[in-house]
Amino acid sequence: MFHRESGVFKTTYAADMALYPLPIAKWTMIALAVIFVLIVPMMVHEYYLSILNLIFIAIVGALGLNILVGYTGQISIGHGAFMSVGAYTAANLAVKLGLPFWLTLPAGGLMAALIGVVVGMPSLRIKGLYLAIATLAGQLIIEWTINRVPAISGGAQASIEVDRPSLFGFAFNTQGRLYFFLLFFAVIAIVATLNLVRSRIGRAFVAVRDQDIAAEIIGINIYRYKLLAFAISSFYAGVCGVLYTYYFGIANYEQFQLIVSIDYLAMIIIGGLGSVLGSILGATFVTLLPIVIRIFMENVGGLFFTAAEMANVISGLRLGVFGGLIIFFLIVEPEGLNRLWRNIRSYFRVWPFSY
Amino acid sequence: MTRFVRSVLGVAATTATLALGAGQAFAQKEVVFGLQCDRTGPTANVGTVLCPGYQDYIALVNSKGGVEGYKIKVLEIDNEYKVPPAIEAHERFKKEGAVLEGLYGTPQTAALNKKLEEDKILGTSPGFGTSPAADGKRFPYTFPIAASYWSQGGAAVAFAKEKLGTLKGKKIAYLFYDNPAGKEPLPILEDLAKAEGFELRTFAVPAPGLEMGAQILDITGRYKPDFIITHLFGRAPSVSIKELKGKGFPLSKVVAFVWGSSEADIIAAGGMGTAEGYNTIQFAGVGKDFPVIKDIEAMYKAQGKQPPKEMDSTVLYNRGVLVAALHVEALRNAIKAKNGAMPTSEEVKKGMEAVKGFTLGGLVPPMAITPTDHEGGGWVEVWTVKGGKLERTKAWFQGNRPVIEKHLAADASKS
Repeated sequence: MFHRESGVFKTTYAADMALYPLPIAKWTMIALAVIFVLIVPMMVHEYYLSILNLIFIAIVGALGLNILVGYTGQISIGHGAFMSVGAYTAANLAVKLGLPFWLTLPAGGLMAALIGVVVGMPSLRIKGLYLAIATLAGQLIIEWTINRVPAISGGAQASIEVDRPSLFGFAFNTQGRLYFFLLFFAVIAIVATLNLVRSRIGRAFVAVRDQDIAAEIIGINIYRYKLLAFAISSFYAGVCGVLYTYYFGIANYEQFQLIVSIDYLAMIIIGGLGSVLGSILGATFVTLLPIVIRIFMENVGGLFFTAAEMANVISGLRLGVFGGLIIFFLIVEPEGLNRLWRNIRSYFRVWPFSY
Repeated sequence: MTRFVRSVLGVAATTATLALGAGQAFAQKEVVFGLQCDRTGPTANVGTVLCPGYQDYIALVNSKGGVEGYKIKVLEIDNEYKVPPAIEAHERFKKEGAVLEGLYGTPQTAALNKKLEEDKILGTSPGFGTSPAADGKRFPYTFPIAASYWSQGGAAVAFAKEKLGTLKGKKIAYLFYDNPAGKEPLPILEDLAKAEGFELRTFAVPAPGLEMGAQILDITGRYKPDFIITHLFGRAPSVSIKELKGKGFPLSKVVAFVWGSSEADIIAAGGMGTAEGYNTIQFAGVGKDFPVIKDIEAMYKAQGKQPPKEMDSTVLYNRGVLVAALHVEALRNAIKAKNGAMPTSEEVKKGMEAVKGFTLGGLVPPMAITPTDHEGGGWVEVWTVKGGKLERTKAWFQGNRPVIEKHLAADASKS
């Protein structure tokens, strides 16, 4: 990540396929692990941990959406609904059957994967904007169903309260404890995606994205892989929904409406389509930017505005600056933050002898 | 270069002065209130008026020397009606040591119920959140502090009965927004339909509620009810007024729940003049005829400023004042209970549970918040459009309270 290699010295296939080919890359990862597992939770105030927690959940969702949109080239505006499928599945299992989180979490993911495959069926016939509208229909149908079927939604308020997750009697009931809970799943999601996209499946996804007819000719069963992409992506979305459920302590479909699907699309477009680091950067950026702008304005805005004006100024400015920065970043680098980061790296790789 | 260094030093000096100033301000006795707001999201039409009302009342209290010697600092955060920002806002309030917070939004309240209890900070959710939250035993730190949708349903039927004389054999239509909040009063209305012997038929309006021609035609053309109860949000109330008026249904036989009852809703439907007779349920007093509103105007005049235009939208502005006033009252009770010492958030919660007989000249209902009843009794008023403005037709009352209490008890035993 922060290193550069001096040449190619690989002599075995295993070395070539290593996730971190250089020792320094491994050390960087170990250092990052130490920072996030030991230093951050000990040094950082609970408030900042709560922001990190939100980012971790967003990373899981963004990674899933990126597998579908970025790697396989199938657009989905239904991911908010897939999250709600995961959320309600887990909440129902946890409340009605009293199952622990390590059963409800995969169950929520699997149920979302199942529904995702059904909603993804039209992708076998249509693509692009047409598919976007088909998945939008999926979003609306799922919302409607949850709203109308008390067996799923648990009554008129369409919300099911769940207890905090606990493991061997240890309850994850503070931000500091939830931090480890969510970090664990974020890391699993990141590592799983890193490995998925360089596997046979991941390469098949990329082939389908780049030219589906060519992919079919070289022997990739595009029906199978398109549906698989929907299944895996929805699984991530379902897990993301389950994490939200445990984090909030409640499953409520109004937390997963259309705007959430759009927010997650924004994350991966800003971060960079078809990249794992891009999903992480995008999720971080979209979650953090409004908070940073507000804290900045609270400290600096007092010089220019009265307290009564501030509330409106902060709200308005935050939206304006947020939108402006997204446009700015996408003009500077249409391929997102991930590409911007790679450009910076390749610039410093040969610096100061850039010629 | 020296110029650069000098400007850096200048900035550093300014920052240091500011930091010192902030430190001094902290030396005063100060209490922090958290307030979540929606000034830019889908319900910005409410937030941009309600929140200034809140801020103005706190400013008024501070200008008069604060509460028992304590100044109040309001930390307002716009959650855009999204859930993750609401969580972040709550954590921020906690970090700043807020003793209570004003919530905003139904899904946000749902997502925070548990955190409030864990962190022992009380949150108020006037006019949203779920009706069972009125039960202080089940939701110890959630305070609706205003009539829930159940109580509004009870009140609407009581009002219809008063208007029609008897409900036996009458037909009532319930026109609602098709979301959990819209469906919430249904059990109350169905119960009352059995008890009072009227026929109830429901008409759902799908989000965003801008198109309800079919439902209105169904109601006015086929069902022909004796009375209509509407429970709509956002722009939908305006559409309902316009459509009902267009079909010639007498608006005097319509009563709207609290989010379809602001001046802006009626004006957007064609103006106060055209909605003659439209009945609205209110959980805060309407109009400027209250001493506290006069005080706020005087405060602005004393500063040499015009009162803000938000004050003209009295329905929502006064609700902001009501929420702020109850917050302040809870704090006052807590400080008094500690003989002037700084209260903790748990003590402020006890203070809120001791609010009683505090009416602010009629703007606040004669409610009594208790450890078991966080709704304060579910009081409402009905205001009617008469001669181009809203006028009080039915002063503070609790409609069909026994039915609401029965449902609260049933819901409590279920969990």
